[in-house]
Amino acid sequence: MMRRSGFVLTMLAFGYAFLYVPIILLIIYSFNESRLVTVWGGWSTKWYVGLLHNQQMLSAAWLSLRIAALSATISVILGTMAGMAMARFGRFKGRTLFGGMITAPLVMPEVITGLSLLLLFVSLEQLIGWPEGRGMTTITIAHVTFTMAFVAVIVQSRLVSLDESIEEAAMDLGARPAKIFFVITLPIISPAIVSGWLLAFTLSLDDLVIASFVSGPASTTLPMVIFSSVRLGVTPEINALATIIVAIVTTGIIAAGVIMARQERIRRIDEQMASASNA
Amino acid sequence: MAQTTTQSGRKIKLEPWQDPKEQPYLRIEKVTKKFGDFTAVDDVSLSIYRGEFFSLLGGSGSGKTTLLRMLAGFETPTSGKIFIDGVDMSNIPPYERPVNMMFQSYALFPHMTVEQNIAFGLKQDRVPRDQIRVRVAEVLDLVQLGRFAKRRPHQLSGGQRQRVALARSLVKRPKLLLLDEPLGALDRRLREQTQFELVNIQEQVGITFVIVTHDQEEAMTMSSRIAVMNSGWIAQVGTPAQIYEYPATKFVAEFIGSVNMFAGRILEDEPDHVLIQSEEAGCDLYINHGVPVPLGTPVSVAVRPEKMSISREPPPVDSGRNVTRGTVREIAYLGNLSNYLIELDSGKMVRITQPNFNRLTEMPITWEDRVHVSWQPFAGVVLTQ
Repeated sequence: MMRRSGFVLTMLAFGYAFLYVPIILLIIYSFNESRLVTVWGGWSTKWYVGLLHNQQMLSAAWLSLRIAALSATISVILGTMAGMAMARFGRFKGRTLFGGMITAPLVMPEVITGLSLLLLFVSLEQLIGWPEGRGMTTITIAHVTFTMAFVAVIVQSRLVSLDESIEEAAMDLGARPAKIFFVITLPIISPAIVSGWLLAFTLSLDDLVIASFVSGPASTTLPMVIFSSVRLGVTPEINALATIIVAIVTTGIIAAGVIMARQERIRRIDEQMASASNA
Repeated sequence: MAQTTTQSGRKIKLEPWQDPKEQPYLRIEKVTKKFGDFTAVDDVSLSIYRGEFFSLLGGSGSGKTTLLRMLAGFETPTSGKIFIDGVDMSNIPPYERPVNMMFQSYALFPHMTVEQNIAFGLKQDRVPRDQIRVRVAEVLDLVQLGRFAKRRPHQLSGGQRQRVALARSLVKRPKLLLLDEPLGALDRRLREQTQFELVNIQEQVGITFVIVTHDQEEAMTMSSRIAVMNSGWIAQVGTPAQIYEYPATKFVAEFIGSVNMFAGRILEDEPDHVLIQSEEAGCDLYINHGVPVPLGTPVSVAVRPEKMSISREPPPVDSGRNVTRGTVREIAYLGNLSNYLIELDSGKMVRITQPNFNRLTEMPITWEDRVHVSWQPFAGVVLTQ
């Protein structure tokens, strides 16, 4: 057994503390009895109960979830098409430029994306009368715009590592291009599409800046509610909400990890079986 | 016409390309393929007959794979035409060609079982379900994979995957089966065993095989005929024996097996023999047939290492022709054979292969021995290009 030096242990503790102490503090204070956030007044779960009765908070959460699911679905469809084109279109002049342009929204400052989309929506409404006002539709479109790039990148990198002769084999065996896409390509890249969807969902659920630009008076997303109420002073209710979000995210990550680990284990057993039957 | 009976009792013609009445099954007519400025396949014409096991043999970049992909329809010829069973393939997409291909990477569908992989092609043709079941079982039997039907590709070993790929490309009973380096991913022992299996299966199903390979031994073992390709053009077409014994060019002679090449000039050219003067060989070269080449032309004479012999004593009949002297520089003992590297007095290095008839003799030829190198009048081949 290697002796671990005290120095390395200290570094480790410090690093993890830096990452997790704020979150742990937030979780602890969400169970605070006291109305004042910074004063400890004993254990209580009353803020969680209060949250259940906060109509504004609940409807904002519901809106956020709907927008996230819808925009993730649309951006998966568009992003897969874009990724497919990037990976399979072949070589042409300016390919690198086009590839870069698809991923530009990844690095574009959100303020600029939000502002430009607002301008677009306003002038569209003046020209053709759609979208009528700003609300869920405009937020969804805006979220599709910036999450699509992430999906495209994920799908493209999966397609690049996919042996192209698999698709050729399907064509050779008599399948037409459209059928090949749905029966061969799509099932093989489905894990990438699922993770693209999850990423788009999270990004959309998370977004404050772009949503603030393109939302209307009747449509307030969860991050917007949190942000505006924090400006009036942090309440323990917000701490409770944040704790719930942390719990959901943690559960999701652990579930994904467990599923991946199990698949890995099954694959290893399969491979052992294969090499055993080979002998 | 000579005939032979295969295991399945089906009669095939032994050498259909020699029969002028026989129609080629696959006809490649002046096909050229360019990628930008690069010419991958350069004006290739070939006729391949029904039931042949035909090899396209060449190094990397010789255009053999491009030619195969044009047969499958994945590439379109820049010019020229391809006919399969008399039908022009120019405007027929890959999914409608009566051709199947076995890919070098096998290209199995990872999300389908062995059975589903094999049934895929039949499903595209809307073959009734019960027939699909029968035909899949048949072909699984043929490649001896019946008990692996429900497995996924990643649950199989390399050799098993190779057989699934073969089964999948055979099940549609194509007019032509294209195989791209079918044994390339297998280890050496498995490869040798699979070569014979592949030939057996081909004889059983009677499908015309066109195979791409860079391995000359593989091509020699399996093929009815071989086309040797070099930078886009076909250097020679013939049976394995023709190509080995009578190479048409220096490239073919050097590509297939090993060879000793002597540069020289023609001194005498008669219908029954030629005499060639060669400083490299250190003696005159006598060959027992005439060649259609004017006197004085610079030529090369190719002699295979196993057709030369070495001895300490001069050969019994020493005419001064096809006999020269040298010094042993290297010996590689291989058990059944020994390879000798001999430096002739002219400085030219030659390679000689001798079977080891005797157990270790009392005075074996060894390093730095002076030896006589000799060969028969039929051993040499005169090459002009």
